[in-house]
Amino acid sequence: MTRAITRGALAATFAAAILAAAAPSLPARAADAEVKIDNFTFAPERVTVKAGTTVTWVNEDDIPHTVVSSAKLFKSHALDTDDKYAFMFTAPGVYQYFCSLHPHMTGTIVVEADAASNASR
Amino acid sequence: MSEFDDNDDRSTGVNRRKVLECMTWAGTGVLWTIAGGVPRSMGLIGEALAAEPSGLTFLQISDSHMGFDKPANPNVKGTLEEAIGKIRSQPVKPAFMIHTGDITHLSKPSEFDDAERIISQAGLDVRYVPGEHDILDPDVTLYRERYGRGSKGSGWYSFDANGVHFIGLVNVANLKAGGQGSLGEEQIAWVADDLKGRSTSTPIVVFAHIPLWAVYPTWGWGTEDSGRVLELLKGFGSVTVLNGHIHQVMQKVEGNVTFHTARSTAFPQPAPGTAPSPGPMKVEDEKLRTLLGIADVIFKPGQQRLAIIDQPLKS
Repeated sequence: MTRAITRGALAATFAAAILAAAAPSLPARAADAEVKIDNFTFAPERVTVKAGTTVTWVNEDDIPHTVVSSAKLFKSHALDTDDKYAFMFTAPGVYQYFCSLHPHMTGTIVVEADAASNASR
Repeated sequence: MSEFDDNDDRSTGVNRRKVLECMTWAGTGVLWTIAGGVPRSMGLIGEALAAEPSGLTFLQISDSHMGFDKPANPNVKGTLEEAIGKIRSQPVKPAFMIHTGDITHLSKPSEFDDAERIISQAGLDVRYVPGEHDILDPDVTLYRERYGRGSKGSGWYSFDANGVHFIGLVNVANLKAGGQGSLGEEQIAWVADDLKGRSTSTPIVVFAHIPLWAVYPTWGWGTEDSGRVLELLKGFGSVTVLNGHIHQVMQKVEGNVTFHTARSTAFPQPAPGTAPSPGPMKVEDEKLRTLLGIADVIFKPGQQRLAIIDQPLKS
């Protein structure tokens, strides 16, 4: 138990260090978003983000899945267990996507204009 | 190839019974016959095999998933080898074998190589259709290069053997968001053309990866436009539809059409709706081989009866 906490704390510290190191070189933007693929579903099924957000999909199933834009704007390779796919959404809009292997699996990314970056211009 | 008749065999044949009976082994040594949707016991499997059919016997295997290494079965090569061993020890040597897809797990060349090396040990001609796991390589070329020679579109084709017309279909390509398996316009038009002028007394066997009937649409276990192909097959006296994908035996008889799904040689999947998802089902080690297996399909000329005998790796 103690060991788990220590490891978790270490990981958090490490992650914070990376973020701190990386932050100055990146433009100000909304926090990145993650979609988990689990039990043949995208969770959350609908995600709303600011423009400029990178959405990362992580496959936690024992079966490969894909992330494919219904409008053919983005397409992952087959994601095996624990594989990730990231896409940065720069333009506001509603992006529908699905798994091309199991097309009953669908999801939506809603991208809103980034008010903060607009205000700073 | 030489053991198959020409593709344009349109002979009318004799006046055959239009009743289709289908036998399936429930896994406890009892053979069931299902006619008109009513199952009835036929005795022990040994008696049926002792009858030594003089017609056509072929085998179906499915869902080998070479490359899968998760807890549901970390040794899919081993269980495929066992399945091939079982095929080699069949009392009646099958004329050939069909594989209803998901040969590999991730469409890697090494996975196709493993499948080829193990399956070839059966010493049988093998006819394939792809599963969705076989077309994952970026250029979608590996399956076609190995198994799709001479096929149309994304890999569909037909052939004849002992007066039975076989149609291999692809329902895993170009799937649409929110949908299920799909055949598409081009393939359906090809089926219509393939059946044109064919005698309705010709027994038809259709095989494809995803079930061509609505097993459980919630999990995508069906083919959205399969009804159009079944419509084309309506006039035929005997139609047998063989699928894989769902990693369990399931059967339905509707008029002259018998639908049947084969077990996987790799891992079991849950019965429809009994789990949060259709993902690989982890069972106790002793139970695994009772849920994996092969299927024997026996056709006897004149009787127009196809018997399907599912054999688990271990009973």
